[in-house]
Amino acid sequence: MKNVSLISAIALVAATAGSAQAQTLEKVISEGVLACGVSEGVPGFSNPNSEGVWEGLDVDICRAVAAAVLGDSDAVRFSPLTSSQKILAVSSGQVDMTSRTTTWTMKRDSSEGVDFTQVVFYDGQGFMVRAESGITDANQLDSATVCVTTGTTTELNLADFARAQNITIEPVVFEGKREAVAAYESGRCDALTTDASQLGAFRTSFIDPEAHTILDTLISKEPLAPLVAHGDNQWKDIVTWTIFGLISAEELGITSENVEDLAANSDNPDVQRLLGVSGDTGGFIGLEGTWMKDVIASVGNYGEIFDRNLTQTLGLERGLNAQWNDGGILYAMPIR
Amino acid sequence: MSSIPKIKSKSLSGQVLWAVFAQGAVLVVVLSAAYFLFQNTQANLDAKGIKSGFAFLGHEAGLPIGDSLIEYNPTKSYGYAFLVGILNTLMVSVLAIILSTILGILVGVARVSNNWLLARLAAIYVETLRNIPLLLTLIFTYIIIIGSLPHPRDAISLFDGYFLSNRGIYIPKPIAEDGFGIFIIAAIVASVLAISFGVWAKQYKRRTGRLVPGIWGGLAIFAVLTGLAFLATGNPIGSETPEFRGFNFSGGLGLKPEFVALLTGLVLYTAAYIGENVRSGIESVHAGQIEAANALGVPSGVVTRLVMLPQALRVTIPATTNDYASLVKNSSLAVAIGFPDMVSIGGTIIGQNGQAIEVIAMWMAVYLTINMLISFGMNLLNSRVQIVER
Repeated sequence: MKNVSLISAIALVAATAGSAQAQTLEKVISEGVLACGVSEGVPGFSNPNSEGVWEGLDVDICRAVAAAVLGDSDAVRFSPLTSSQKILAVSSGQVDMTSRTTTWTMKRDSSEGVDFTQVVFYDGQGFMVRAESGITDANQLDSATVCVTTGTTTELNLADFARAQNITIEPVVFEGKREAVAAYESGRCDALTTDASQLGAFRTSFIDPEAHTILDTLISKEPLAPLVAHGDNQWKDIVTWTIFGLISAEELGITSENVEDLAANSDNPDVQRLLGVSGDTGGFIGLEGTWMKDVIASVGNYGEIFDRNLTQTLGLERGLNAQWNDGGILYAMPIR
Repeated sequence: MSSIPKIKSKSLSGQVLWAVFAQGAVLVVVLSAAYFLFQNTQANLDAKGIKSGFAFLGHEAGLPIGDSLIEYNPTKSYGYAFLVGILNTLMVSVLAIILSTILGILVGVARVSNNWLLARLAAIYVETLRNIPLLLTLIFTYIIIIGSLPHPRDAISLFDGYFLSNRGIYIPKPIAEDGFGIFIIAAIVASVLAISFGVWAKQYKRRTGRLVPGIWGGLAIFAVLTGLAFLATGNPIGSETPEFRGFNFSGGLGLKPEFVALLTGLVLYTAAYIGENVRSGIESVHAGQIEAANALGVPSGVVTRLVMLPQALRVTIPATTNDYASLVKNSSLAVAIGFPDMVSIGGTIIGQNGQAIEVIAMWMAVYLTINMLISFGMNLLNSRVQIVER
């Protein structure tokens, strides 16, 4: 499967005419659906539920953009992508955006034909080990076998970490996350490494979660951000400012429940601007004035999204992902 | 055969000119289409700000590889990492080809055996393995291996220094000690003598018609001489025993479960196909020929070797060439069970630098080269067993 779509993406690059880039907005509106790349199944970020409906933080970002552009948070076609497809799928135009736990790095942003929009989750790479192994610090992993997923910065961070600590780590590299997790669970590896948030998610899926410990050591910075194709500035602005809108809404106390009420009655100029009561923030990016109102009414603000997908189901704390005035580093640029 | 030179010596008639022109025109169309696609891809990649070219092969890879035939660490280049992948693909392919050929011949012979039970078992084996997707066979084998074997702490050790666990098979590594050079020279001399004896035995048989057991005699000469040399140099081969240290065994030779699972899966799957090729080859030989040879009192071993095999191979070899090629391509499923073959490492490289077109071109070139070499070798073999037509 992977190679089929990799090759079709390449065929797109090879056979299409050059400047089909700049009209993503028109394309999405004319098709009436947003093509959004997500991961193949990471609980809390993007995972189909028992009814086959996609759920998760990454998924809700797609839904938010669909609500902003089309006024309908269900007008999304989700494409599960493997790690090695995620960049190519968006740079070749197979999907309109990718919201798939992708780490924002300089190389990807500058030389791979994509632009990152705005961080939706500040993560770091960690390790999970068996509690019975007695490991408390990642430095103790000398000679250990570690399960890891291919095509990710995770793999490089692991090699860098081993070099910096001057220890040997034997990697077993899998194509898919599920295979890596299954191999760890069956005892093939002493440790599993990936972003700490996902370790938490995987641990909840184990038969006996208590038998596994997530180490405190984080060996990397993983700012996860949705990405769009390079060169379509308007489309990049739409995704970026929709994310800022979600964060601002939490800061201003606008929720999916009180959004109608605040739009009708609030005297706060910031709230009025965000909800399109005054000013024309939607017009700046080619959308309706009430773009954020539609978004918040359907998916809620950032805090609601986080709570629904990560806190309630996986028990994840806000940590770095709290608002800037609440101990975190979430800081939305002013919407005006 | 004799008609070919006639055509060659003909002058360029109108018909031939036309054929040359038509083929030339098709070639021009194909080449310009390829050129257009190349130019267009280049332009699109530039427009999207995607780097292209093979300069990245010299950059530091930074990626970890768990299983390598050659010394590797993350400071090596992407090109070197890719080479590690090629070697891994080659190693598993070559071993799988050898083992699946052996198993395939056994299965094929068992299929036509007069032993009812053996023939049925072989039939069940072939039907089962052929009708299950290889990917499932691989994952199943892998899960059995890592799921059923114990943690290295409690590794199964049947012999001293041999360990079996879910980290793989670890065995002592032979190390050259004093006198190893002399021992090797003695072994070479022994094999030269053994081969000379075999050759002499053949000539003697041709001259006098009397049978001398050339192969067995040669083997005996080799075994006795090397055995004597081994004792004379005082056991020149030492061993490094694997030891459990920290989390895993260190020292010794190790075979990882991913490699073992991939090899097992490929061998089981391909042997089912080769077994069928062998069976069809055997059944293609007319029964009358075997009966005739038997009636003449030719020993049954000689009947098999000189009457049945040469004719059976004519049917078996072309089909088996295809199966070898499929096997090499199928080895790319390694990525599903975590074996770092060329596709797995190339996939990581794509993930790191986004240059998918270049990496996929390299994949294609390597598979093409390997399979062309296999075809070339098998065609040579095939031309030797085909009926020589005059």
